[in-house]
Amino acid sequence: MKRLMKWIDARFPLTSTWKAHLTEYYAPKNFNFWYFFGSLALLVLVIQIVSGIFLTMSYKPDSALAFNSVEYIMRDVNWGWLIRYIHSTGASMFFVVVYLHMFRGIMYGSYQKPRELIWIFGMLIFLALMAEAFMGYLLPWGQMSYWGAQVIISLFGAIPVIGKGLSTWIRGDFVVSDATLNRFFAFHVIALPLILLGLVVAHVVALHEVGSNNPDGIEIKEHLDPETGIPLDGIPFHPYYTIKDLVGVVVFLMIFSAIVFFAPSFGGHFLESNNFLPANPMKTPPHIEPVWYFTPYYALLRAVPNKLLGVILMGLSVVIYFFVPWLDRGRVKSIRYRGKIYKTALALYVISFLALGYLGTCPPTPIYTMISRFFGVFYFGFFLLMPWYTRIDKTKPVPERVTK
Amino acid sequence: MSKNGVDQGKRRFLLAASSIAGGVAVVATATPFVLSMLPSAKALAAGAPVEVDISKIEPGSYVTVAWRGKPVWVTYRTQAMLDQLPKNDPNLRDPDSNESEQPSSCKNVYRSIKPQYLVHVNICTHLGCAPLLRKQVGDPTLGASWPGGFFCPCHGSRYDMSVRVFKDVPAPLNMVIPPYAYKTDTRVIIGQDKASS
Repeated sequence: MKRLMKWIDARFPLTSTWKAHLTEYYAPKNFNFWYFFGSLALLVLVIQIVSGIFLTMSYKPDSALAFNSVEYIMRDVNWGWLIRYIHSTGASMFFVVVYLHMFRGIMYGSYQKPRELIWIFGMLIFLALMAEAFMGYLLPWGQMSYWGAQVIISLFGAIPVIGKGLSTWIRGDFVVSDATLNRFFAFHVIALPLILLGLVVAHVVALHEVGSNNPDGIEIKEHLDPETGIPLDGIPFHPYYTIKDLVGVVVFLMIFSAIVFFAPSFGGHFLESNNFLPANPMKTPPHIEPVWYFTPYYALLRAVPNKLLGVILMGLSVVIYFFVPWLDRGRVKSIRYRGKIYKTALALYVISFLALGYLGTCPPTPIYTMISRFFGVFYFGFFLLMPWYTRIDKTKPVPERVTK
Repeated sequence: MSKNGVDQGKRRFLLAASSIAGGVAVVATATPFVLSMLPSAKALAAGAPVEVDISKIEPGSYVTVAWRGKPVWVTYRTQAMLDQLPKNDPNLRDPDSNESEQPSSCKNVYRSIKPQYLVHVNICTHLGCAPLLRKQVGDPTLGASWPGGFFCPCHGSRYDMSVRVFKDVPAPLNMVIPPYAYKTDTRVIIGQDKASS
């Protein structure tokens, strides 16, 4: 064994890579529950890729065959129902995990210097994930698939001058059609997963270059053991965090399996009932709503009585996260040492995000539109006022070393 | 690298020239891939005109036909519906259809050739949903002032019975009137302007 390792190491950096990223990669010792979601996101990515490969074996990306091929998977393919429910539940759980992971980053200031690039790679992953989810949602070719795609592609039509041509180019036809389905399949199965994997590698490489932040928001590299040069508050990622993350994995898989086996449609939130009707280009369902993970942005789109401005606002509501590292002028990273103003702002943001998410599932009545506008103001207020309130906020002194 | 005997100027020139040539080659190679995503010849050919028999439509109802894959509605409007149309003008975004798309023969308050029969592409100009016919005046779900028209369930855009868009809704334009013509009194050809053939 030893001779084999020596043989490999002379030709490939196996031992050194293992050490650099696992056994001698020092992570802060005070990680809490919120630090599970990074490794869980990686787990869901693997679940989606594996279940997706097996779905591709039975699915047909053809507008005449797609809907029935999904039913064929559900009824006739051995264990097909399980594989599809794993994939559909995985899609929603991906967003659950990623939203919690992003919230962790905001809460503990993990985007602040020197981790801006980790945050930006993470946001690019989020964008790629949204595109991946959106394109995957067209594939079952149900009513909601069809009209959801019709609405989202039409968003590009709002861009002045090039909009109309651009949306035709995306569809490959004047309406969503077989051409659109076929290319979305190509993007969903090949293009976007490759982009996602590349971005995940960049995200992790950037993280391992600067090291992890932690709930105290202090740099463990500032206090090294004078003899070994190892951070005093650091512990090797393997075996400590690999084993700890396994606990998270087990709990996560328990919840995941409970949904797959007992509530795969999750009350119409993970799989919408309208999508059990085949796509009909002549008839819009009486009520269109996107899957839950897109509803906050969708509520903002609907809150504006102007097509172009609505689309701009919706785009901005996602893109604005990219600028958070520079909007935050606070000296303190972690919420633990921030003042009351920041805590209030963050709480209002969370409430607005959840409220908009709920409102995005409601029909577009005037009263709901008014409430959406109200929460939209708080949502954007969190970001746009950030340079101001993070500066005047009274922060507490940050400890030198991590706390329990 | 040794600088002895290196012609830096020539090196810079070669680097720039080969970068430009390489860039041109990349753009040229990308072109067919990008263009391959445009509607194919087959999709373009699917735009043949469609003929509809309108004699069987009851007053106040409509028929749907597919033209270029889009839902085209032929709606038979009652006299009461037609009388209401000019009264809507102050509440409309584009009452005279100056910015909206229609054949010149339909640029009037009825947005049609014959006032009773409205022919329109039933795709909301906001984000492409298919609006619903809500012909009842004062429809309880749309408020007492509702004059009858079309309502888009996706984002709440409202149109009158000439599919002209109301103010303060997300949709920017009136719905599109396709080119059409009367072949006979009861037959309409959708997709061509003149009743030839």
